[in-house]
Formats: sequence, structure tokens, C-alpha cells
Amino acid sequence: MYRGRVWTMRQYAGYSSPAETNQRFRFLLDQGQTGLSVAFDLPTQIGYDSDDPLALGEVGRVGVPISTVDDLDDLLEGIPLDSVSVSMTINSTAPILLAMLLAVAKRHGVSPDQIRGTLQNDILKEYSARGTQRFPVDASMRLVVDVIEHCSVEVPAFYPISISGYHIREAGSTATQEIAFTLANGIAYLDACRDRGLDLVAVGRRLSFFFNAHNQFFEEIAKFRAARRIWARICRDRFGIEDDRACQLRFHTQTGGSTLQAVEPANNIVRVTLQALSAVLGGTQSLHTNGWDEALSLPSEEAARLALRTQQVIASESGVPDTADPLGGSPFIEELTDQIDRAASNIIQEIDERGGMLHSIEDGFVRKAIEQSAYEAQVARDSGEMLPVGSEEGGEIPEAPFHVDPVVEQQRRGKLEQFKANRDLRAVDSAMAQLEQNARGTVNLMPSLIHAMESGCTLGEVSSTLASVFGEYQDHG
Amino acid sequence: MGRSGPIRVLLAKPGLDGHDRGIRLVLRALRDAGMEVIYTGLRSTPEQIVRAAVEEDVEAIGLSSLSGAHQTHFIEVSRLLESHEASDVLLFGGGIIPRQDVEGLSAAGFEWIYPPGTTLHQIVSDLKAELRPESVQGESTS
Repeated sequence: MYRGRVWTMRQYAGYSSPAETNQRFRFLLDQGQTGLSVAFDLPTQIGYDSDDPLALGEVGRVGVPISTVDDLDDLLEGIPLDSVSVSMTINSTAPILLAMLLAVAKRHGVSPDQIRGTLQNDILKEYSARGTQRFPVDASMRLVVDVIEHCSVEVPAFYPISISGYHIREAGSTATQEIAFTLANGIAYLDACRDRGLDLVAVGRRLSFFFNAHNQFFEEIAKFRAARRIWARICRDRFGIEDDRACQLRFHTQTGGSTLQAVEPANNIVRVTLQALSAVLGGTQSLHTNGWDEALSLPSEEAARLALRTQQVIASESGVPDTADPLGGSPFIEELTDQIDRAASNIIQEIDERGGMLHSIEDGFVRKAIEQSAYEAQVARDSGEMLPVGSEEGGEIPEAPFHVDPVVEQQRRGKLEQFKANRDLRAVDSAMAQLEQNARGTVNLMPSLIHAMESGCTLGEVSSTLASVFGEYQDHG
Repeated sequence: MGRSGPIRVLLAKPGLDGHDRGIRLVLRALRDAGMEVIYTGLRSTPEQIVRAAVEEDVEAIGLSSLSGAHQTHFIEVSRLLESHEASDVLLFGGGIIPRQDVEGLSAAGFEWIYPPGTTLHQIVSDLKAELRPESVQGESTS
């Protein structure tokens, strides 16, 4: 399958300011990266502008801050949106960022049907594993389907959702739970799309998935293979989808962040290489390889380049991509694949019997199951049974190589002040009123969101309007 | 001076960070060790954390951050404790905290900053040794 074209090399990046992140993007593209993957800061992910009191200390820390269409324009300056695909890790506020992307593309003269890329837009795993949820589950599900419905008509080459097991695994699940919960989330989304009356063949062809590549090499390869098989059965048997392409599971992979060690961090280069190899042998469509210094801070430019080079070496020097599913037929891999398939299918059946995934998220079943596995992994580590190489007690942790200047937060406040001074307030108020009215009804919110962004509303304003209608999700600890 | 009975601890995630794998493991380990632990959930503000700590009369507060906002939030919790005349509450923290930031946090009153790779046993035994030194001596001789 890689003989025609190898996987997309897509390194997750974002920090500090839109302009600085744009520099990193250009650097990565210059080094041969083939797609972009935007990391947003937490205020942006949860729906607060950079000048919100709740954003204090968080601006530009784990990703790039984007509060306005102008910010996204700065981020994507000089990036040809009709040829470079843009993936955005954004969930609660995914519809808002999509609206901004469409507005920016319009400014660049790129029509919606030319835009390629992926929106994570997978809210369900946020409640049980990642923690950037803002709205209650039912309102969030409406927004997810609004995005899928809008893209199916207006942005047909874009993947409107990436159903993600990565974070479930990072939160501590096993490999089997990772795919079981992810595919169960996939079932919940397809159910919601069917309830909306969408064509499931069209939806199925634009679904994408996102998995973790962890340490157990063969188990990971078998996991990817099992996930493809189970998903195809779900599409055919449960949803009656007959179109083969709509039943195919396309996935992005990131090497496991929680496997990285702070002690002797150069050893992480080897861990990442093995994990990346498992993803390639498992048939990933795109890949992010972690920087060796990411247990210390965000990756330095040097570490980000080395991570990309790791993929490039596998792609062009190892010969691994020359054969599709090269381990298929190996008795060991086939048996492992069958085992994971059976165990994950059993979990999915258990979730069905409990009343489905939405219920299992809201009553804490999923979170508790992940937590139990995390605890077992910790006990195994603490007892020395699974102690990472080189991380024996007493090892020294080096200084973090990367640092975001706190002055960025002040600069961002100034920038927003300027933006707000230059907009037409009547247009803003009218767009917000229209959005609020539509949010109270049942129409697809994408057109009102696009209108709001083009009228100069900010991400924070739009999010708080939605929260005033939908309410805020409460985390009960 | 020293209290007796179960150690009372408040655990919190200040700021917007959603990474709660570590703090939930600590929560479980402290409870398993017989401590009374209150966890305030995601996205607690420093004000909420300090108010809860004072109301619940805890002896220690543990903060977790992997989002890089520790300088802002950890130090604010320490400052607010002082203004509530509760600076006798023991402070500790963990997460992705660059080594170069640890000194400043120690100066702000953080007794321990636990890096990735810390064992749960370490955290439990540090708290016991600091807050119930008698019980630790008892354990080592039994």
C-alpha cells in the first residue's frame, strides 16, 4: 500500500504565537514534512480568548493561541491551502475553528472544495480521557454532527472527524481498550449521523481514526490490524454499509507520549523508532513521531527535525514500505490479531449491553476502566517489573530545552485589543444574536458560525454564547 | 503541634490542563494508604483550591500540571494560602515541571516537586514522614 505513496508525515506543532508557529510549520515543510498538524493552546481548545482571566498562564503553552480569524490567517500565512493538508487537533471548539479555516481559505482565494485535511472533532474521548470538553454531551454531539453534515456538502475533500484512541491510551488504557473504546465512540457517531438522516456511505468514506503506537511492538501491529477488521464488520453488519471504501478504517498514528522518559532522554529516540516502525508495519496512513525531549517540555526545533528524520529513514532507507501488511500470515501475528479482535469485540458488546457509549461515558464506566488499567501499569512500573531502561531511581533529569516566553501572553492581549477596536460592533452583535437564536433551535450551526467569524466575532465570544444556550459540562472529579 | 488520625490531603488540577492520569493515580495511592483525600477535579482556579483547602481543613495540597502553567497557578496558590493565614499547609506538586523552575517553586513553599517517573510509594512515604513521623517510626520497627 505504500508502494504508490508512503504515509503522510505530519508532525503536531504549535506554541507561543501564530507567527512563531508559522515559522515552525515552514521549517517542517522545508525539511520534507508532507502535511501540517496544528496544536492549539488550552484556552483555544476550551473556548477562551487569550485575554480571558481563565487563560492566565496558559496562553501559547501547549499550542498556538487562536482567538480570531486574523490569528488563523497569521498562522497559515504562505501555506498553500489547496495543496498542503491541515490537520487540527480541536474538539469542543472544532466547529469554530473550521469556520475560521473556511474564512481564511476564502481570503486566500481557495474554495471550500479544495481544502484538504482533518478536524479531530471527537468530543467523546474528551470526557473520559483528554479533558477539553466544554459543553454537555448532547449539545456536543449535535455540534459534531453539524460539522460532519456541513463538510459532506461544502468541504467534501476534508475529513470532518478523527476518532481518537491516542488519548485513551495515554490516559492509561490497554491496547485492547484503546481500540474498543475508540470504535465504540465511532458507533455513537455513526448512530448520531444516521439519526440526522445523513447518507452513511458518504459519512463512512470521510471518517478517520487516530491511534497510539506504544511499546509492545507486536501487540501494536496486531492492534492496528484488529481495529481495521472490527470496524469493517461494524460498518457492514451493524450499519448495513455495503460500500467497501466506506468500511475502510483510515488512521493517523502518534508514538506514545507517556512512554517517553525524562531520565537519559536520548534513549527516547530508540523508543520512538520502534513505535514508528510498528505503526508503519500496521499500515498507518499518517504518522507523528515524538521528539526525544518531550518528557521535559515541548520539543526543540532540533528534536522535532530528528523526529521527522526518523520517519524519513524508515520510509526511504529501510525497505519496510515495499510490502503491504508484511507480517500478515505470520502465525504469531495472526493469533495476536485474533485475540485482540475477540477481546475488543467483547468490550464493545458489553458497552452495547450497558446501553451504549454515551451512557457509559456519562456514568463513568469508561473512565474507571481506563483508570484501573493505568493503576495496574503504575504498579508494574513501581515494582520494577516494567521499569524503563535507564530510569532506575536516582537518575538525573536534564533541563528542559524549550521554553515559551511569558511576554507572549501580554502581546496577545494587545493584539486582541487592537482587533476588537477595528471591527464593526453592529455586525458582531447581529451575528451573535443570529447564532444564539439558531443554537436554541435545531438547524445546522455551521453557517451561523462562519458568518460570526467573518463578522469579527472572537472564539471566546462565540463559545460563551454557545455555553449560555447549552450550559457548561461539570467535571465531578 | 502534630495532628493525629488520618492525614487529610487536597489534590487539584489548577488551570485548564486535562491530563489527570497522574493525579488520579496519586489519589488512589493516598486513599489506599489510609489518607482522607479530596480531589477537586479539572480546571480548579487557585481561589477555589485554597477555599476548599481551608474549608476542608487539610494538612497538605498536591497540585498537578502538565500544561506549562505551573509558574502562574502554583505560585498563586501559595500566595493565597498566605493571605488566608494558612501557610502551614504543606504544598507539593508534580507533572511536567522543567528542572529550572523547581528552585522558584521551592522558594514559594513547595516541599516536593515530583517529576515523571516518581513512584507512588515515594509520595505516600514523603507525606507520612513529614506529617506523621511517629507512625513511620512505628512502621519501621514493626
